[in-house]
Amino acid sequence: MGVALTRSAQWTAAGYGTRTLEITPLNEAILKEIIMFVESFIYKHPQEAKYVFVEPLEWKTNLDPSAFESGYIVSATTVKSKEVDKDGQPLLSVSVPHIKVRSFGQLSRLLLIAKDTKLKEAQACIEANRDPVTKILGLDYNTKKEDTSIVNILDKITKDEDPDSEIKMKLGILLKQLDLHLLNHSLKHISLEICLKPTIVKNDIELLKHFSGKGEQTVLESIDYTSDYEFSNGCRAPPWRQIHGEICYVLVKPHDVETLCITCSAEGVFLNGGKTDDEGEINYERKSEIYKDLVTFLKEKSAKFSENMSKQDVRFSGEWKKKETLKEAPKKEEAAALQKALPASGKSVLEKNQINFGKSQMTKRLEPSLNWKATVDFKNRNLLKDTQEEKHGGRLERSGPPVSHRRAQLVRKSAEKIEKIISGSSSESEEDEEPPDHRQEANVDLPSEYWQIQKLVKYLKGGNQIATVIALCSMKDFNLAQETCQLAIRDVGGLEVLINLLDTDEVKCKIGSLKILKEISHNPQIRRNIVDLGGLPIMVNILDSPHKSLKCLAAETIANVAKFRRARRAVRRHGGIAKLVTLLDCAQNSGELAQSSLCDARDVEVARCGALALWSCSKSYMNKEAIRKAGGIPLLAGLLKTSHENVLIPVVGTLQECASEESYRAAIKAERIIENLVKNLNSENEQLQEHCAMAIYQCAEDKETRDLVRLHGGLKPLASLLNNTDNKERLAAVTGAIWKCSISKENVTKFREYKAIETLVGLLTDQPEEVLVNVVGALGECCQEYENRVIVQKCGGIQPLVNLLVGINQALLVNVTKAVGACAVDPESMMIIDRLDGVRLLWSLLKNPHPHVKASAAWALCPCIQNAKDAGEMVRSFVGGLELVVNLLKSDNKEVLASVCAAITNIAKDQENLAVITDHGVVPLLSKLANTNNDKLRRHLAEAISRCCMWGRNRVAFGEYKAVAPLVRYLKSNDTNVHRATAQALYQLSEDVDNCITMHENGAVKLLLDMVGSPDEELQEAAAGCISNIRRLALAIEKARYT
Amino acid sequence: MNRKKLQKLTDTLTKNCKHFNKFEVNCLINLFYNLVGEVTERQGITIGLDRNAFRNILHMTFGMTDDMIMDRVFRGFDKDNDGCVNVSEWIYGLSVFLRGTLEEKMKYCFEVFDLNGDGFISKEEMFHMLKNSLLKQPSEEDPDEGIKDLVEITLKKNGKYGKFRDHDHDGKLSFSDYEQAVREETLLLEAFGPCLPDPKSHMEFEAQVFKDPNEFNDI
Repeated sequence: MGVALTRSAQWTAAGYGTRTLEITPLNEAILKEIIMFVESFIYKHPQEAKYVFVEPLEWKTNLDPSAFESGYIVSATTVKSKEVDKDGQPLLSVSVPHIKVRSFGQLSRLLLIAKDTKLKEAQACIEANRDPVTKILGLDYNTKKEDTSIVNILDKITKDEDPDSEIKMKLGILLKQLDLHLLNHSLKHISLEICLKPTIVKNDIELLKHFSGKGEQTVLESIDYTSDYEFSNGCRAPPWRQIHGEICYVLVKPHDVETLCITCSAEGVFLNGGKTDDEGEINYERKSEIYKDLVTFLKEKSAKFSENMSKQDVRFSGEWKKKETLKEAPKKEEAAALQKALPASGKSVLEKNQINFGKSQMTKRLEPSLNWKATVDFKNRNLLKDTQEEKHGGRLERSGPPVSHRRAQLVRKSAEKIEKIISGSSSESEEDEEPPDHRQEANVDLPSEYWQIQKLVKYLKGGNQIATVIALCSMKDFNLAQETCQLAIRDVGGLEVLINLLDTDEVKCKIGSLKILKEISHNPQIRRNIVDLGGLPIMVNILDSPHKSLKCLAAETIANVAKFRRARRAVRRHGGIAKLVTLLDCAQNSGELAQSSLCDARDVEVARCGALALWSCSKSYMNKEAIRKAGGIPLLAGLLKTSHENVLIPVVGTLQECASEESYRAAIKAERIIENLVKNLNSENEQLQEHCAMAIYQCAEDKETRDLVRLHGGLKPLASLLNNTDNKERLAAVTGAIWKCSISKENVTKFREYKAIETLVGLLTDQPEEVLVNVVGALGECCQEYENRVIVQKCGGIQPLVNLLVGINQALLVNVTKAVGACAVDPESMMIIDRLDGVRLLWSLLKNPHPHVKASAAWALCPCIQNAKDAGEMVRSFVGGLELVVNLLKSDNKEVLASVCAAITNIAKDQENLAVITDHGVVPLLSKLANTNNDKLRRHLAEAISRCCMWGRNRVAFGEYKAVAPLVRYLKSNDTNVHRATAQALYQLSEDVDNCITMHENGAVKLLLDMVGSPDEELQEAAAGCISNIRRLALAIEKARYT
Repeated sequence: MNRKKLQKLTDTLTKNCKHFNKFEVNCLINLFYNLVGEVTERQGITIGLDRNAFRNILHMTFGMTDDMIMDRVFRGFDKDNDGCVNVSEWIYGLSVFLRGTLEEKMKYCFEVFDLNGDGFISKEEMFHMLKNSLLKQPSEEDPDEGIKDLVEITLKKNGKYGKFRDHDHDGKLSFSDYEQAVREETLLLEAFGPCLPDPKSHMEFEAQVFKDPNEFNDI
């Protein structure tokens, strides 16, 4: 009884002395058992019932003395039993509210008397008598001690000389039986509900932390809470999750499985949906079965954990037990009982949970999927995929030993499968992450190569150097370009062996292995596998080898593998970039004079492979920086002087990639690279021409470079390459270079000389979009000049340009609108555009979702409205067109705003249209924009305002909408164009008296006076006009005052 | 040996050897006599390295371990088959061994691998040479099965370009088959065992022997 009471019963935590029993189902059950025992005692064991306790059991009773009937001497406040002991003391005495009982017989009777309140009485009795057995049988029988056993008790009793020792013994046994009975009974209760508590969970985690860390011997790599904040109740879950009984969330990284995000709740431990990386939110949804505690859970999830656990069991369980006893929780028995009870109860728990699961699934299904959609909408899809790949990759890298990685993947896959079966709705996060990775299933018919390769891999594994080389050579004879062979090598575990071979000292094995890796790494999946298996660092190390052929092969393989970001990062992190740059150096000494001796040829080959690898790597920004820092640019520049085409291509390719960076463009200028790029434009090799043109395209962002291209005679070869339209890649690169070069006027003149413009017009049809973008871009630049506009129009370029206005390619639309706008400056061309309905097309592009397109279309509309006949009529003919334009003033893109202001300036030239846009509320919208620092916007805004003043009471309205004061501030800008437009606007506004006052208040007069001195006549005039208006008002006021 | 004789020997040997210059030949001759030791002074006995001494050099200097291959290398050096490598055989052998062209090396390797010298590498010879190349797996019933398979693979590999894949099914490898296969894939030069120095010990050897005329005798 004692053991059961101390261990099982749930005492409240409040202080020691006044502890009371909590009202829990378990306690109630225990009490009921005790009551049953005591009630029936008097019938079952009449002898023992007469036994007088060593000490009476005392407690405070709620029983009224009147409740006692026959057999008791009852007074108002006291009750004494008629039954007395040897000394004549009553066995039961009550003096309200205290009660003393000294035998089981009396206890039984008391309970019978208590009837409905017997539960309370029993509870009060047990609360007041923490160790009833001691009181009943004497101190020798202190049952709180663990080592008490029946034998022990018997031992003591038989030694005892007491006359009623026999009874005492029987009683002792009876109590012991009760105790056991109670324990079993309570365990049944406990096992029905798995109930973890914050303290237990916390202790478990602390203990596991103690045994975690790096190294093979630990049970886990790491275990951490997701939140550092602990609530006062010991939980770490946010309050709204605590309602669901959740205690905390733990991130566990076992040795062999990826990081698990685990929920510890009162129900038990389970895997949740994981922590989402971006918001740090936890997906609370349950993803696994519920386990009774953390250790059981981890044993199930991680083989390594259970293995190491069992290893450390001795040490561990020792510690565990210590903790256990500290906790005073009867966990050992509990666990034992649990194991028995689990098959039955576990099932019911599972069933119950499945129902819950279904429910929560219903409610939760909506939220995450919406999120998902949102991200897809907002981000570029490719970008997303890429980052996910990276993310995924990062995780794989972390997942440690390669073999277990595969196992982990399998485990996850099967887990996914199970999940699908259970829930029916697949989890969206896992699916898209992995690129389709079709490992060959066992039941698929395998090609004969598969078995042959498997055999060869066996020899690779179990052979000495000779056998290895033979197997490697034989493997090389397979068609390694074929995916079945590539995947077969991987699936039979060949990749691991091949990569391991790279780590040996055997040059021949390394060469053979690299020859195979080089071929199979054309396969994207194999690339990833190579990176996952840690192949890159080894290959990077090989770059240091004195063997040139080995270096070459390693560099070539790196070139193939480094096609995705994670691989490129790995190359950089392991110092590969610097080593690859050093490879370029090999050919420096001999390469310049380009000689054909065998040795030189090998040096050139090394440089080629190095450049090839750098080319692949240079697609990452950080790598570009690393190449530059490693001194790669002068080396690349040096290599450009060679005549080896196969070296030139990767070198130019690398430069072309890198030229996207400003720092490179500067260095390219400094290293006189343009000269060589131009020279190689004249090469026979189409690929080389392509990359040179591409590099020029990238570099020609600044004027100096464009001039250099011209000075080195690069424009002519570019123009002549336009005539060859078969190779579309090259054509795209060439037209791109022409586009960028034609930003400089001098270059345009040259192109006109070379008749490039005619050719460009000819390329406006039947070309892929990449080409079209560049061609149209170039024409847009060329058409800034009158002569060229004429040429374009004469060659019939307007029609195809207008036709392109209906496209959807954003870059193309930006360029086309620009080109059409440039052409519209020419009245004759404008007529054609108008006839082709080009203005309507441009106008409808104002609805395009891309701000660049909108802005570009709005700019293009300006010359159209200027030069079209009956422009006002034309504009009005577009249904809803004016409203559309006015509403674009709500955009938050400065370029769009500026362009729309410019368009409004032109639209407002027509009085009727001005009236319409005024009705559409152009005035408040323009006024709202007035507070800006963007000079381009200021200029066009001021122009628009000055135009819009021409209608009705718009002048007054601008004043009312507080557009005047900010306009005055524009006069402080440094841009004369802004000054002119602003002065004109102010002049218009100053026709209104209130505006004059505002201007004067804002110090416009002084600023305007300065403007009067400007060499710009329009500005002078406007400023003077404005001042005169202000002055006139002042005079009028003075006059009024004195008359 | 007197200086004059040495001079003359150096001259003749240099003339016959295209891969070494006079200095190098001189170094190698000196090395040879150093290796042979005092015994050489006596008349009437062939001066040279016997099988054991030679194998010792191969093992210590070039890190070769396979007894059979070392034996074959010795036979490759010992052109006149008298059981010891004399000084001209030493120089000639080393010129191929260290500096040989691919053709010379192929010829040399083929001779090494052609155990019985019949001009073909037979299946049995291959088996013999490869028999220790696989780790014995306890699980396998016939430990030789793997070797046999390896021989088949090799034959197929080499024979693929050879003539007698079509004609001859007794699985013999002629020199021309071997040559073609090696030209296709140089890794196959030493297909049946390392009979040439590995690059590292090669470099070490040359560096040590040719480094300084006065310091060569400590090898």
